[in-house]
Amino acid sequence: MDAFIELRGVSKRFGELVAVKNTDLILRKGEVFSLLGPSGCGKTTLLRLLAGFLTPDAGEIMVNGRDLTKVPPNRRPINTVFQNYALFPHLTIRGNIAFGLEVARRPKAEIRREVERMLDLIQMTAHADKRPGEISGGQKQRVAIARALINKPALLLLDEPLAALDLKLRQRMLLELDRIHDEVGITFLYVTHDQGEAMSLSDRLAVMDQGQIEQTGTPAEIYESPRSRFVADFIGDTNFLSGPVSHVDDSAYVRLAVDGLGAGADRNPTELLAWKDRELKAGEFVNLSLRPEKIIVSRERPPEQPQRNILNGIVEDKIYLGAQTQFRVRVGDRVVTAQQQHNHFLLDTRPISWNESVWLSWHADDGYMIVEDGT
Amino acid sequence: MRRFRWTEWILTAPPLLWLIAFFALPTGLILLLSFRSAAVHGGIGPEWTLNTWKSLADPVYPAIIWRTLWLSAACTGACIAMGLPVAYWIARLPRRVRSWALLLIILPFWTNFLIRIFAWRTLLHPDGALKALLVWLGLAEVNDQLLYNQWAVLLVLVYTHLPFAILPLYAAAERFDFGLLDAARDLGATRGQAFARVFVPGVRVGMLTALLIVFIPALGSYAIPELVGGPGSEMIGNKIAQRIFNDRNLPLASALSVVLAVAVFLPLMLGVWLRKRLGDGLVSRGGHLS
Repeated sequence: MDAFIELRGVSKRFGELVAVKNTDLILRKGEVFSLLGPSGCGKTTLLRLLAGFLTPDAGEIMVNGRDLTKVPPNRRPINTVFQNYALFPHLTIRGNIAFGLEVARRPKAEIRREVERMLDLIQMTAHADKRPGEISGGQKQRVAIARALINKPALLLLDEPLAALDLKLRQRMLLELDRIHDEVGITFLYVTHDQGEAMSLSDRLAVMDQGQIEQTGTPAEIYESPRSRFVADFIGDTNFLSGPVSHVDDSAYVRLAVDGLGAGADRNPTELLAWKDRELKAGEFVNLSLRPEKIIVSRERPPEQPQRNILNGIVEDKIYLGAQTQFRVRVGDRVVTAQQQHNHFLLDTRPISWNESVWLSWHADDGYMIVEDGT
Repeated sequence: MRRFRWTEWILTAPPLLWLIAFFALPTGLILLLSFRSAAVHGGIGPEWTLNTWKSLADPVYPAIIWRTLWLSAACTGACIAMGLPVAYWIARLPRRVRSWALLLIILPFWTNFLIRIFAWRTLLHPDGALKALLVWLGLAEVNDQLLYNQWAVLLVLVYTHLPFAILPLYAAAERFDFGLLDAARDLGATRGQAFARVFVPGVRVGMLTALLIVFIPALGSYAIPELVGGPGSEMIGNKIAQRIFNDRNLPLASALSVVLAVAVFLPLMLGVWLRKRLGDGLVSRGGHLS
């Protein structure tokens, strides 16, 4: 792993509050890396530490082998796209983009050439002489990116750059960001609380909670094999089915005894089959995370298959989401969420409705056992 | 065509009449008086003449008008230059400390203006504490005169007008988005560059207000040059007073007053025009144009 930007044991506290706790992070050259977490998780602090607006209490920040921990923001090869864009209102778009080169006192001809190149990159040449107050949110966003890229930073920090835009524009800007990244090839660190943005844009991402990085990996790794309940819950929806291991054998599967799924008088724990991705002892408590889209909802009981788990329940709620329908199904004392893709406009059968008895089934491989100790 | 509205007129009439009676008419009268001859025993002669205006060509007047302009300009420049960092500093203080800092700025107003000027006379006096300190520090000779020159006038002018510059600058700084300074630093600007290239333009409306609010009263200074200045540092206000009280030459005093009024009017118009231009650039930010 070729570490390009590296945080080693970085900590930052504000009085009593520990904002970032002994954090290690490695970014590779040219990748888009997202820092994902709820507000207050420390991601903005981490960003400000990297930009140089804050100095860590402990640890060091290395960029390309150089220790930048004590270097002021204006001498770091790192530039930021701020959440509210922070465009200079008294300068034109051209003046905003040129700012970085002008304070560096670069030759006029070079500044002009580079600014034109950037205007071209963000497709804003036609608006170059307007002021920030005269352009739209999406355009401001692009100007902020161009202004930050003109210094050719080693790392571009993006602080929730799309938060202020509406959904359609956000999707368009994501594609735009992707295109710009492909063209400039600079390492992007993208900070967001929106898992959709993080998943669609990043090569890798880290999920943060309470000042610590919970898990780092590719979007698929994080989504399919979350390390903690927090990660599983924060990235997408999930069902937690937890209980002790009731049976282990030589096969690739274990049986869990999950409480509260029994119907009517049957209050015994329900046995569920799960893929054994590590060694487990009987009696060990396990959290099984089961994504809603992995569960098949059917009116007929599906045929028994060796690794298939089957539950029976009553549809309590049905939420139409356009591309999918979400079912909230009462199984025993619990509510399990399942999602079905709409592949056809006209269904072959009558759609499943409220208060119907349905069968939920999934393959044992589709659940994921979370490593952390359960509660 | 806008509809004629009675309520609007009823509300506007009293101040309008007041301004006509006590501002427009007297100003017009002063202008007229400057074209009348001076009576020997004071008062106004019966005939119309241009002699008063011609007498302003006397080298003493252009020199005084020039001195008035440059002292006022220097005072304005110094007040804005000192007010900017102070405004920046106060705007960055924690909110609850800010009002105390502002109170400190306004505190001198609790003492009468004339008393404060007399205090400066005492400080700058040849036997005064400040003089003694400077001599002790080796910054002044025993025989140096601190008082009764134009530097003393400038010093006290700046002292008196500084709060008037700080307040509008602070009002602008308080609305300034300090995140922009982070952005400037992030893009490679030093602290100084960020201040000069982002903060200063960011409070330019406040600077314009400060300019008008300091420059115009400074032009009309009378008490300060009278009390801490000498014969070589008189301003136009002193000349007007002398013409009235010493010579009883009202037409000449009127002509000088008209010159002063024009000197005030020109920067005011320039300011209004500039503010309109700057204001246009600020509308999008919800810029405030008080």
